[in-house]
Amino acid sequence: MAIELPENVVVSKLDELANWCRKNSLWPMPFATACCGIELMATGASRHDLARFGAEVFRFSPRQCDLMIVAGRVVMKMLPVLQRIWQQMHEPKWCISMGACASTGGVFDTYCVVQGIDRFIPVDMYVPGCPPRPEQLIQAIIDLQDKIQREGTIMGDEFNLPGRQQAKRALVELPVLGQASEFRAADLLHR
Amino acid sequence: MNEAVIKALRERFGELVVSEFRGSTRVIIGKDALLAAMSMLKTQHGFDMLVDVTCVDYLNYRDATDRFGLVYLLANTVNSDRLTVRVMLNEPDLTVPSMFELWEGADWMEREVWDMFGIHFEGHPDHRRILMPQEFTAFPLRKDYPLQGRGERHNFPVIRRAQA
Repeated sequence: MAIELPENVVVSKLDELANWCRKNSLWPMPFATACCGIELMATGASRHDLARFGAEVFRFSPRQCDLMIVAGRVVMKMLPVLQRIWQQMHEPKWCISMGACASTGGVFDTYCVVQGIDRFIPVDMYVPGCPPRPEQLIQAIIDLQDKIQREGTIMGDEFNLPGRQQAKRALVELPVLGQASEFRAADLLHR
Repeated sequence: MNEAVIKALRERFGELVVSEFRGSTRVIIGKDALLAAMSMLKTQHGFDMLVDVTCVDYLNYRDATDRFGLVYLLANTVNSDRLTVRVMLNEPDLTVPSMFELWEGADWMEREVWDMFGIHFEGHPDHRRILMPQEFTAFPLRKDYPLQGRGERHNFPVIRRAQA
């Protein structure tokens, strides 16, 4: 049985409607710790105009945000702050790791710089570059919007699953060059 | 060279190793005489400013006989004299008196030297780490500490949702 639809009416699923709302009103939380933060500001400013993609409302309270953009290197003293802000954000929430430092540690392969935030919080999009151009960040947000459109339901129950809440974590990192036998994780945990 | 200052120091503390490089005078003072010498430099010779406190680790350095070289940079703000005072230290005795009583600016600089090299400053009013987290156990600027650390950067408590 065919239904006659009037003009300007679209048939869709409620889940897709919810995802469409979510993806077009991302509120980013700028976790900008280094030069990537400058590019992040440029992305939000008038020339590159993140507002075209509905993601221009930067909020500095994690309770109001659903997209964390980690821009810059994170040292081990800063990481508890990052973790706490991430946990304070409400589901559904997403994370963009912007730049080489946030994704891998970049050139800062030293004792205090975390080698990739994905060891501690789940990351949805990685943006390469040092620092990335605003166009690259915008492309990451467009790709993230595609991802948001594909996942999720209107009730959002799947966002609260334990698997999604748990961060990936590298308990033992790769051996330091030339120091392979020196470090044992068990010693550190009982220290 | 600050002949008068060096002469006065030598009269009181015996023969000291003094060297000069591009117009800046450096003097090595024994650990036990440090507080008396610095007090004398401040009160009698007008070195009213402690510019910096820092440290050098001479592990595996060519011809080095001592492990650590603690460096005090002094300045006289009236006649622009400058003097570098060094104290050589060896393990296990890495304790020196704090200069906080003479120059209050020594506070954070001595905390940084403690944080990075593990030199203990006796009498410091707030002897904590300044850059690294308090639970950090190593001293990262020592030459026997690997650049990439011993795994500390990935092994610390993860904050759970209930704690945030």
